[in-house]
Order: sequence, then C-alpha cells, then structure tokens
Amino acid sequence: MKLLVCISQAPDTTSRIAFTNGNTEFDSSGVQYIVNPYDEWYALVRAIELKEKHGGTVTTLTVGEAGCDPVIRKALAIGADDAIRVDVKPTDAMQVARLIADQARSGGYDIILCGKETIDHNGAVVPAMVAEMLDCGFVSNATHLDVAGSQATLKREAAGGEEVVGIECPFVLSAAKGMAEQRIPNMRGIMSARTKPLAVESAESTSATAISQFTLPPEKGACKMVDADRPEELIRLLREEAKAI
Amino acid sequence: MSVLAIISTKNGAATKAGLEAASYASAWARSTGDEAVAIIAGPLSNLDALGATGVGRILHYAEEVTDSGQWAKLATAATEFVGSNAVVASHDPFGRAVAPRVAVRLEAGLVAGVTELPKNGAVRKNVFSGKAMADVEVSTEKSVYTITPNAFGISSDGEGASTESFSAELGAAKEVIQGFEAASADGQVPLPEADLVVSAGRGLKGPENWGIVEDLAQSLGATTACSRPVSDIGWRPHHEHVGQTGITIRPNLYIAAGISGAIQHLAGVNQSKVIVVINTDPEAPFFKAADYGIVGDAFEVLPKLTAAIKALNS
Ligand SMILES: Cc1cc2nc3c(=O)[nH]c(=O)nc-3n(C[C@H](O)[C@H](O)[C@H](O)COP(=O)(O)OP(=O)(O)OC[C@H]3O[C@@H](n4cnc5c(N)ncnc54)[C@H](O)[C@@H]3O)c2cc1C
Ligand SMILES: Nc1ncnc2c1ncn2[C@@H]1O[C@H](COP(=O)(O)O)[C@@H](O)[C@H]1O
Repeated sequence: MKLLVCISQAPDTTSRIAFTNGNTEFDSSGVQYIVNPYDEWYALVRAIELKEKHGGTVTTLTVGEAGCDPVIRKALAIGADDAIRVDVKPTDAMQVARLIADQARSGGYDIILCGKETIDHNGAVVPAMVAEMLDCGFVSNATHLDVAGSQATLKREAAGGEEVVGIECPFVLSAAKGMAEQRIPNMRGIMSARTKPLAVESAESTSATAISQFTLPPEKGACKMVDADRPEELIRLLREEAKAI
Repeated sequence: MSVLAIISTKNGAATKAGLEAASYASAWARSTGDEAVAIIAGPLSNLDALGATGVGRILHYAEEVTDSGQWAKLATAATEFVGSNAVVASHDPFGRAVAPRVAVRLEAGLVAGVTELPKNGAVRKNVFSGKAMADVEVSTEKSVYTITPNAFGISSDGEGASTESFSAELGAAKEVIQGFEAASADGQVPLPEADLVVSAGRGLKGPENWGIVEDLAQSLGATTACSRPVSDIGWRPHHEHVGQTGITIRPNLYIAAGISGAIQHLAGVNQSKVIVVINTDPEAPFFKAADYGIVGDAFEVLPKLTAAIKALNS
C-alpha cells in the first residue's frame, strides 16, 4: 500500500501571536514550529500503523520553504519512509492543494491522508480541494480507518454522532481525534531520520486569495468575580447583564 | 450578482448551520442589491425557516445526496443556472467537504471560516485558533465562502421564497454511507451546535463525580464537554473533548469547572460569547479569559448553581 501524508508546519500552540510589516505578516521571530498536530498525531501515525500491518510505504508531502525541514525530519523520525517538499511559500489553500495534487497524481498513492485543519490558518479546506482535483472520494474529519484490499471503511464526525463510510482506493481523508494516538519518536527513529530521503521539488504557483491585514481581538475586560456562597448572583448576572441564559 | 447558498438538511429541514449560511447569503446579496438563492437536496418536510432567512428562490434537487463530489456537481450546476459569482456554505463538516470542491470547479478563491460580511473588498475570518483575525481579499472573479457556525445570526424577517425543482447530472457516488453511530443517546444538542455548554476538567477528580456536571447541564438545557486529559484517560467520551486537538465551539455561554485554562484548551473555546470559570485556584490562567469567575470548590459550587437555576425555573 502506498500512503501519502500531507504535513504542514504550524507555530507551537503556546506561541505568542504577533504581526509585523503593518500587520500584514505573521511575526515568526522566536516562534518554535511543530508538525501541525492533526497531521502528526492522527494522519501520520495512522498511516504508519497501516504500513506496519499491511506493508507498503509512507511518504510525507509538504508545501513550504526550507524552514520546514526540521518538522519534516520529525515526521521521518516518527516512522515515515521518505519525504517530498515542494519549495513554495504557502499563501492560499487553492495554491497548496494544486501543488499537492500535482505531486500525488504522479505518485500512484492508495490513500492521501491529511489533518482536519492547520492550526494557524484554520482553513480545513485543502484536503477536499485535493480530492476534487484528483477526481476521487473524500472523507472529512475521519476518526477511524480500516483497509481491506482496495476497500476502506472509515468513521467520520457527523451531527450527533459518527457516520460509517465505505470507499474505494484511491481517496483523500482528513483526520480528526480518534484516528490514532500520539507517538513519541525513539532514538533509533531520530537517528535514521537524518539519512532518509527528502526530495525538494520546485514549482510555479499562483494564489487566489491574499491576506490584506491581521488584527488582534480586543482585550478581554476584567473577569467579574462572584462570591462562591452566592451562586444565585451569578445566575442573575448571566440573565440580566450578559443575557446568556 | 446573485449569491448561492448551499444548504444541508436534517430531518427534511435546513440545518442550523445551513440557515446561518442562507442568512449570510441574503444579507450579502441585499447589500449589493441582488438576490440570494438556496440549493437544497433530498425529501423535504418544512422550508419555512429557510424561506424566512431572506433567500428569494430555493432550488430543490429531489434525491438525497450524501457524496461530497456529487454535491459539488449539484452546487456548481446551480451556480451556473442562476448566473452567480458567489457561493456560501457552512463551515461545518458538510460545507468543508463540499465548498472546496465547488471552488475548484469554479476556479474561485475560497475563504474558509468567515465571521463577518465582506467590507471594502475583504472578508474577515479567524486565524490562529481565534487568537487573531485576518482580512482576506479574493482576486478571482468568483468567490466561495464558508461561514463560521454561531458567528452570524439567523435572520427570520424574509418574505418567504419560491421553490422550484432543479436537476443536474451528478455521476456516481464514491462515498457510501453504511451506518450511523449516535454519540449521545440522552438527547443533548451536539456540541458544535450547542448554545450553552457546561465543561469540566481534571479538577473533578474522577468519572464518578460527573453527576454534578450533568445535573447543571440538564437544568440549563446545556451540552456537556471536557478538557483533553479527561477524555484521554477515559473519564469522558472522546467527542466531548474541546480545544486545539478536539472540537472548536462557539456557544453563547461556556461554563468551565476544574479546568486550568491551558492555551490549547482556550483555543477551542475562546470564541464563546460569555465564559464562566469555577476553580479553587485564584491564579488559574482561565480567569484571564473569563467574563465571570467563582473561586471555589466545584463540588460545592456546581450543585448550588443547579439549585439556583431550578429555583428560578419553578
Ligand atoms: C499540542 C497540544 C494540544 C493540546 N490540545 C488540548 C485540547 O484540545 N484540549 C485541552 O483541554 N487540552 C489540550 N492540551 C492539554 C493542555 O495543555 C492541558 O494540559 C489541559 O487542558 C489541562 O486539563 P485540565 O485543565 O482539565 O487539568 P489541569 O491542568 O490539571 O487543571 C485542573 C484544574 O482544576 C482545578 N481544581 C482542582 N480541584 C478543583 C475543585 N475541587 N474545584 C474546582 N477546581 C478545581 C485546579 O486548580 C486546576 O486549575 C494540549 C496540549 C498540547 C501540548
Ligand atoms: N503547506 C502544506 N503542505 C502540506 N500539507 C498541507 C499544507 N497546508 C495544508 N496541508 C494539509 O491540509 C490539511 C488541512 O489544511 P488547511 O485546509 O490549510 O486547514 C492539513 O492538516 C494538512 O494535512
């Protein structure tokens, strides 16, 4: 089985969010980058589990500049076999999806696993775009994946529960919690990751959207404290002042 | 330029997220002096709420469509039929599967998770899990937006819409639905749609203590949620986990008891309109993100709150 996992990098979840250049660019100074958690914990780990069970290969694919290489090495340390990086700065979902689809088309992959969203741009749209570009099926927010031959069974988040979905390979999925458990790379993985192949491809691209400005949300006012012995006062405030209930 | 809204259904009527998308499309079309059109599929029992959002026309495809590729073909055909350059869908699992495919078919720029109407050629969305907002400009002729749930209200002052049947060639389905596993048998509103949420964390000490959380939720008609460690150790089911790696919610009221307020937890809840925090530790970081706080023991405070609400309701 040939598996492709789309890996993006994201600022560490505890990063200070600030902007430069007249609030048009993310201020990455001092920011630690991690593998986007959904891509790592859920998509990548499930792909590695499937390879361990059925055999095959796990390739990671990243659209990004050289600064992404450390997170790609992390994915290799967790257990991917090889990696591709398309050397383009990601600026728009359609642009990224097109570059992913172009790579995927020539690779003949059975399943393309993505995360459910990137935690910086919170788009959650690249995977479905890739599916459309490749004219194949798509399962969003998948929480479970089993494969038998060329037929896969998945569960996905749906209003009020989970749907069970059957689909033929090749297809695209976006992974959510439940799919797999986080894995910590071991020493052997970290050592071998250094020498695993990381192919860098160049490509042309255009963006359909552009961010004109970032804004930080208004500061939250001070928290109003209520005495623990007067819960009815909280209820009154929620009704009359906040109009929340 | 008319605006097309893609509407998902539940039990023969538009979903809440679908009504929000329709309301958004109507308000947007009105601001440009044009009409909003809704496309909906499957057997229908009631379209009153959809008509009341202000859409002028409803295109109805008779068969149920569950495949995202087929839905995209249907919505694209509807867009061409009404001559629309703008498409709006909900930013829920349905819209996130269909809208990106429509954008590809239309070669349209897509902005995901918008929270406001377009202004001066740009549209606002949340980024960095609600820690910032971005204004995004679309450079293509056509555009597709998905609307963040609970960010844009549902309008109900429309005059009702005309419904016409609509058909298109959808090809074969690739995604086959084989079953459904209900998460909460107890009739709670699903977490992503809930207006009121009562959540608890490791401060509750063990799964056997969740009765006081459920009692408060029940008295308010709220849905229960939890922090990640609580679902990781199996005290609560996975679908209750909110935060960076769980579900993102945006309710009117979020009550958090025994949760410290780690940044990854806040990422999933900081867009709630009102946040109440109950914690024994006055230094708990969650108080900085809260509107109302009680420094106290959840084991005492939660039952008292439940009693106060019951007293009010009776
Ligand atoms: C990459 C990454 C992603 C993550 N994603 C998520 C996520 O999606 N969601 C999430 O929740 N976490 C997430 N986490 C974990 C997060 O960092 C915190 O560890 C977690 O939220 C803490 O859960 P908690 O507040 O329940 O527990 P604790 O931090 O242990 O806090 C318990 C709180 O209860 C209070 N308390 C104790 N007893 C009582 C009492 N009797 N009454 C009232 N209060 C009491 C304590 O003062 C304390 O503040 C993530 C972490 C990482 C690294
Ligand atoms: N630059 C990128 N390189 C590789 N994969 C990406 C990139 N951006 C997004 N993805 C994949 O698409 C998923 C959803 O991303 P998004 O639509 O940007 O929220 C991510 O979880 C990744 O799996």
